[in-house]
Amino acid sequence: MTALFYIAAAVAVLATVLVITRSNLVHALLYLVVSLFAVAVVFFTLGAPFVAALEVIVYAGAIMMLFVFAVMLLNVSADSPLRVPTSAWIGPLVLVAVLLAELIYGIGLSDHALRAVEVGPQQVGDALFGPYVLGVELASMLLLAALIGARHIASQPESPAIEDPRLSGEEPDAPADAEGAT
Amino acid sequence: MNVFTGRVLAAGLPTWVGPLLTVLGVLIVVLTIAAGLIWYERRLLSLIQDRYGPNRVGPAGLLQVLADTFKILFKEDWIPPFADKRVFVVAPAIVMATALLSFIVVPVADGIVIADLNVGLLFVLAMSSLAVYSVVLAGWSSRSKYSLVGGLRAAAQMVSYEVFMGLSLVGVVLIAGSFSLVQIVESQRGLWNIGPQFIGFVVFVVAGLAETRRLPFDLVEAESELVAGYHTEYSGMKFGMFLVGEYIAVTLISALIATLFFGGWLGPWLPGLVWFLFKTGIFITFFIIVRGTFPRPRYDQLMELGWKVMLPLSLVNLLVTGAIVVARHS
Repeated sequence: MTALFYIAAAVAVLATVLVITRSNLVHALLYLVVSLFAVAVVFFTLGAPFVAALEVIVYAGAIMMLFVFAVMLLNVSADSPLRVPTSAWIGPLVLVAVLLAELIYGIGLSDHALRAVEVGPQQVGDALFGPYVLGVELASMLLLAALIGARHIASQPESPAIEDPRLSGEEPDAPADAEGAT
Repeated sequence: MNVFTGRVLAAGLPTWVGPLLTVLGVLIVVLTIAAGLIWYERRLLSLIQDRYGPNRVGPAGLLQVLADTFKILFKEDWIPPFADKRVFVVAPAIVMATALLSFIVVPVADGIVIADLNVGLLFVLAMSSLAVYSVVLAGWSSRSKYSLVGGLRAAAQMVSYEVFMGLSLVGVVLIAGSFSLVQIVESQRGLWNIGPQFIGFVVFVVAGLAETRRLPFDLVEAESELVAGYHTEYSGMKFGMFLVGEYIAVTLISALIATLFFGGWLGPWLPGLVWFLFKTGIFITFFIIVRGTFPRPRYDQLMELGWKVMLPLSLVNLLVTGAIVVARHS
């Protein structure tokens, strides 16, 4: 299991590096999917099969699918990418370096080794609706707000600029007065 | 360790022989059924439409499948020069792989299952949500407008129906108290789920039709408007893999219906494997008859059916089942 963990972790890191270096948007997204798979395997080796399954269903299956859908819909040209200037890498690199240093220091501090105790779906459910029920309720409220917001944006009336004059019942080319005068 | 493995161990063979035989057995049977379905579907559709269908090659046309396979293998395997080559090649493999992987958790008889995962049902749903990639990537990588429209339709259709598919199964999970398919079958010893979970069954069948992109929900390849949809640019065995992948998916959905709602291998007199194959066969036939009888809806009708009928139905089913399960426990 330990070997599996390290292989999956290495794949996750490698795939994520490939995500940010690809110039083709869809290829980058596909590498991100691979990275999410690797993270699912990491969860599985750590004894969380339920989280691993949800990682694949929710992230790799649904959320990334929406990304791919948006890219296809917007027809972002895959071959003429926007190059990020080298200077833009500095800020994130510094922040990430700080996080990495903290992580390594933190791992050095804790003395308990990695223990793979399997947590089944039933235990996850008990925890979610037991001690963490407040978090679940808050998350559901947030999702409800997002849902209502999306509904509101989608139901905006069409702007008058694209309204078809023929549908408004008036003939713009033939004024009613002129016809009455003749 | 299952019964089958125990029997192999008793015969004095190494421990890995039992699981390996199960894996090979399931793989060969599924692929044979999927290939045979090509012939079965064509004959049955012909019967519905009052014509003969393939009846020349071999007895009753049975060898038609073999002839078609040889033809498709020797066809020129052409990749369009404008296509995104790597994605174009990978896309048909995904549909086969995800459908075959789902069979890992399906118990074919008492104690004969490749892996009885405690997240079995979630595994199936995960695989079915990954199958969308195949169609979408095929549509995108072909760089053809018909393919792209097919891919876009597939993305919206399959992501939507996945939601109801998942929700319709929660009732079954509530009754069994487990995601494991073996446990779900065991929970149906007294009463098959088709009784208490009839609404869930209806939603699951409709979602299954949409997920396998079968008529009446085959708008992703609607030949009257999109040539062949997402696989317009595919030829040779790559096209063949989409075709066989679809039949494997049909077999999978039928096997799942039998397992989740009709007691899987449970049944009197006959051995479990026979019952399981019999029930699966009935639903495969049902899928083909549906294809032969229903017209194709418009795309907006498809989406409306999903979000305005299927979603409320599955939510009501979930609510009522949950209330009954809680009432019974307290």
